[in-house]
Amino acid sequence: MTTHLASLAELARQLQRKQVSAVELAQAYLARIVAHRDLNAFLDIRPEVTLAQARAADARIAAGNATPLTGVPIAHKDIFVTKDFASTASSRMLEGYMSPFDATVVQNLGNAGMVTLGKLNCDEFAMGSSNENSAYGNVLNPWDKGAVPGGSSGGSSAVVAARIAPVATATDTGGSIREPAAFTGVTGTKPTYGRPSRWGMIAFASSLDTAGLMTNSAEDAALVLGPMVGFDPKDSTSVDRPGEDFTRDLGKPVKGLRIGVPKEFFGAGLQPDVEAAVRAALEEYRRLGATLVDISLPSAELGIPVYYVVAPAECSSNLSRFDGVRYGHRAKSYGDLNDMIAKSRAEGLGAEPKRRILIGTYVLSHGYYDAYYIQAQKVRRLIADEFRRAFEQCDLIAGPVTTSVAFGFGEKAADPVAMYMSDLYTIPGSLAGIPSMSIPCGFGAKGRPVGLQLMANYFEEAKMLGAAHQYQLATDWHARIPEGFR
Amino acid sequence: MSTSLARGWETVIGLETHAQLSTRSKIFSGASTAFGAPPNTQASVIDLALPGVLPVLNRGAVERAIRFGLAIGAKINPRSIFARKNYFYPDLPKNYQISQYEIPVVQGGTVHIRVGDAEKVVNLTRAHLEEDAGKSLHEDFHGMSGIDLNRAGTPLLEIVSEPELRSSAEAVAYAKTLHALVRWIGICDGNMQEGSFRCDANVSVRRIGDPKLGTRCEIKNLNSFRFLERAIEYEIARQIELIEDGGHVVQETRLYDPDRDETRPMRSKEDAQDYRYFPDPDLLPLEIQPAWIEEVKGSMPELPEAMRERFVAQYGLTAYDAATLTASREMADYFESMVAKLPQEPKLCANWLMGEVSARLNRDDVELDAAPVKPQALAALLARIADGTLSGKMAREVFDAMWAGEGEADAIIEARGLKQISDAGAIEKIIDEVLAANAKSVEEFRAGKEKAFNALVGQAMKATKGKANPAQVNEILKKKLASG
Repeated sequence: MTTHLASLAELARQLQRKQVSAVELAQAYLARIVAHRDLNAFLDIRPEVTLAQARAADARIAAGNATPLTGVPIAHKDIFVTKDFASTASSRMLEGYMSPFDATVVQNLGNAGMVTLGKLNCDEFAMGSSNENSAYGNVLNPWDKGAVPGGSSGGSSAVVAARIAPVATATDTGGSIREPAAFTGVTGTKPTYGRPSRWGMIAFASSLDTAGLMTNSAEDAALVLGPMVGFDPKDSTSVDRPGEDFTRDLGKPVKGLRIGVPKEFFGAGLQPDVEAAVRAALEEYRRLGATLVDISLPSAELGIPVYYVVAPAECSSNLSRFDGVRYGHRAKSYGDLNDMIAKSRAEGLGAEPKRRILIGTYVLSHGYYDAYYIQAQKVRRLIADEFRRAFEQCDLIAGPVTTSVAFGFGEKAADPVAMYMSDLYTIPGSLAGIPSMSIPCGFGAKGRPVGLQLMANYFEEAKMLGAAHQYQLATDWHARIPEGFR
Repeated sequence: MSTSLARGWETVIGLETHAQLSTRSKIFSGASTAFGAPPNTQASVIDLALPGVLPVLNRGAVERAIRFGLAIGAKINPRSIFARKNYFYPDLPKNYQISQYEIPVVQGGTVHIRVGDAEKVVNLTRAHLEEDAGKSLHEDFHGMSGIDLNRAGTPLLEIVSEPELRSSAEAVAYAKTLHALVRWIGICDGNMQEGSFRCDANVSVRRIGDPKLGTRCEIKNLNSFRFLERAIEYEIARQIELIEDGGHVVQETRLYDPDRDETRPMRSKEDAQDYRYFPDPDLLPLEIQPAWIEEVKGSMPELPEAMRERFVAQYGLTAYDAATLTASREMADYFESMVAKLPQEPKLCANWLMGEVSARLNRDDVELDAAPVKPQALAALLARIADGTLSGKMAREVFDAMWAGEGEADAIIEARGLKQISDAGAIEKIIDEVLAANAKSVEEFRAGKEKAFNALVGQAMKATKGKANPAQVNEILKKKLASG
């Protein structure tokens, strides 16, 4: 079967027309998962669960009460808790943990009839840019098995690039959707903060964590985003807005669209291969009738220091609950209660979460709080204000996602700061909470993919997805499939 | 207190009071707050802090905080912030407590207290919303600890006074007034045994006239007024003795041990944790619109202060009586229910409630709500005093019977034949007989022996088996003796 070569939109159509059954699709994808298990992208598959969901989807289609996505397979990043699959956040701490409830995002997509293929590897607690921080091993980049798939949603990007899942959920805190999407040549979409529910997302940095999608096209993302998001009374930061059809602008030409190009995103550090591909993509937009507008986001470069105060501060508190008292890893031998907590955390948490907990604990400490945390929040507001002003001059902002193409395993692992710089262009949008995405726009050094970043004003996902789709109608970068996965 | 004052010391006390709010569900989850359920049966996934859960604020808790703010004349902040107080403890599931730090929901306000005849206005610093922790149980687990998270996430209002209390008596009066107030406005059941209302006392001493505050100690978790008083007394004496002996007070947290009647150090300032407070990113700032405050205002009961003044003005009661009757809402409601039935006799109603009823409540150890005699029934009895049917003594007999569950006043009066004789003619006739039979007493009275008068009254009452109206007996006897 070659169903895996069809787009999600095409699969959905075939399911509705009963040209393929949900069970057939599930079986085909499960077979691909097994065949490509060397990617180490899946942490938990349970074919009996997947097939039961597929049978239910077929029954629903037969009964005529299906949604457009019923029967379409999906895989979930292991940051979303699930009742039917283990939920580990790629941490030893939660090895084998079974949640008594589903994350709202998982539940919404399940309600739409989507069939869960399993849970996807990622950086531990979504902390990382290469997926090398998983307690369960590296995920390989389907384009080049010597390269990282990006992180933290490395499993999500790899399976979509390798066509072993037509769509995967992912989460983005500082670039964890867009960077791996760029590194693996897939379409990664981060909606506006507050649009998707965070209920059931294992928290890393609550004020930044945003659920999103990895797909092979903007059209596929637009189809899945609608049912995925929506107001959730269980999440106090969830935004109460009426439902939207995110496909509404897909057919809208980009003629007259003003695309802002921030000069700060083309400074020192940007590798020439990435710059060339990104400039070519901007030129393509110009050719399609869009206007390129030079803009400036002077505070964007402060994004990294701001992010590495705010995110660790929140994570140091969010990860406190992993203490071995009620669930999760508990040390085998310990002295008193404090020792039990200390040893359980020492054994259960990996190096990167520990590093960030230390940073976060430090910046929140008495005497440092004002200098770090308060200051960082001020700059964060400054960055958001700059985006707001920029969107008075343009409809969308475009630029690179990363400074370079995917790097090799171990290349940056020893240098946390170099690793943190991977998120230079993605962090400003995260801090502002605006929607943004990465779409494939070519290949750079060693034939590794390059991503183009699109950013939109708050709640303007439809406009962003429309512009991305128009680009994908004119180019075929998104349709390229890595060797060995065709 | 008086001894320490005499020795030249002044005590400075501030109280932090935790009032458990009377919401049915927890402050950030839908789990029940009912007391006494089997361990961990009232802990939801949120209270257990499972991965992926998020808090959602219970508006009922906020509404109760607003009620409190209105009751003490405080500022209700239009925007307040929930923060995380980070520390590891096995019965604190998230290992942080959601509380309010920099901007609390209620700021300022005053509580009026009375110690003896003196009135004092105590200023409050703030009152903020927070969640309670669970409980660690160290017995019955064979060297291990048990954790019960039923209480985790129970809404608390932490009420902080300024350090304006100057004695244990003032501290107790403040705590009692606050306790009555939170029950009065229906935000806390006030059950101190179950920990619904508990105090931490910050105590320091200084030489009288010294503008600088002494080093304070905080005594934690005092869950009775007596413990509060004892703990403060002990602490004052300890600190004075320490300083007079040339030592100095170390800032620390102490625990009161009621069995040994002493306070003991729990942790010193050096061990004080850095709680790393920061705004909780899972919760939006709490916005309270003026319309919400107005809505709550509309549902507020008349407050004890206002009611006290009204009782004086409307019923002509003394300030003392009015204060006693407004010590609790149950008492005030009982009183007003009586007066509604017997509007011409508020003083009689007040006396009976504060006297007979209170005495029997104390004797039988029951709450006013559970008193066997309801206010309408008592008013019916008092109406029989007012109309001269019963003497006070007879009324007490009837009241005892009512208290014992024998029925309504009129039925008991009828059954026991307790009607007072108020017929002037009948009394006159009896008095004539008494005068005739007690010539000696009459003689003594006329000779100036006032006591003889009482003897004659006693004879008249005896002759009527106590049923004669004593006032009338007095009056007629006086007239007869004067004219004779």
